[in-house]
Amino acid sequence: MALTDRDRRLAAAIEDGLPLVERPYAEIGARAGLSEDEVIAGLARLRDLGVIKRFGVVVRHHELGYRANAMVVWDVPDDRVADLGNCFGKFDFVTLCYRRPRRLPDWPYNLFCMVHGRARETVLEQVEFLARSCGVTDLRHEVLFSGTRFKQRGARYRRGEARKEAAE
Amino acid sequence: MDNPRSLLALDEFERHLLDGFQRDFPLTPRPFADIAARLGVTEAEVLDALREMKEMGLVTRVGAVFRTGSLGASTLAAMAVPAERLAQVADLVSAHGEVNHNYEREHRFNLWFVVTAADGDAVRAVLDDISAATGIAVLDLPMVEGYHLDLGFTLSWH
Repeated sequence: MALTDRDRRLAAAIEDGLPLVERPYAEIGARAGLSEDEVIAGLARLRDLGVIKRFGVVVRHHELGYRANAMVVWDVPDDRVADLGNCFGKFDFVTLCYRRPRRLPDWPYNLFCMVHGRARETVLEQVEFLARSCGVTDLRHEVLFSGTRFKQRGARYRRGEARKEAAE
Repeated sequence: MDNPRSLLALDEFERHLLDGFQRDFPLTPRPFADIAARLGVTEAEVLDALREMKEMGLVTRVGAVFRTGSLGASTLAAMAVPAERLAQVADLVSAHGEVNHNYEREHRFNLWFVVTAADGDAVRAVLDDISAATGIAVLDLPMVEGYHLDLGFTLSWH
């Protein structure tokens, strides 16, 4: 999949979201040097390519009362990671499920899921439910609840942008 | 950051707005008017409600969630920081513009953050910089494969 220069300009212009005005795509267009139609067609293209995996309202779980947020990490035999990831990924309360490398001896886990709940007990019950539903109650895993949230915002991909923010 | 206004204080219109438009947001010239028509309110009411929920911190933005790795490179990083240094190290990590999420977690590896940049070398440079500045090793845990489509988050109102 080859992204064009225009795709990248468009992606950069919407990093912080749509302006909350009547014709937001026209305003994005003004920033990216594109017409309103080109912005709409370009976003549809990025969505169809899978570069944009979701387009819409992005909520903050914590502020919405989902105070217990856990990263659940599992040590899964390599040949079972994909099956298990697909099984975990089907549950509503799992918001992300990724395979990542082990870093032995410090870090033995290779499957990561994010689970959000209103309370710790709920999250722990959901993790038990996941393990039972996918038939892996025997797998070593740990539940890492979040503590202080030091920073949370959308990603920035532009060169130079990151340095600008750091200097602010 | 905690907001006293809870989910339950939102009215039915605001709940629909939060729950029903996390994906497949209209790609039309007047998207907020289209949403308003579906919810039986005015365009101005939709815009006002979104502005308010953004100010309250319930909504981060209305926009795109990009697939990891599609626009640049990123990784999840972890550090085991002595408790008495956690706040200072966390500040140092957050000061990097390439860091977009930075959380404490209850574990020996107690600081977890996401680094996103134009390419892998730029990501690696941030990790090296943090490691050098703190004297603490940084685990680099890039995504190998994703199993969840991220269709948004179904809110339960109970």
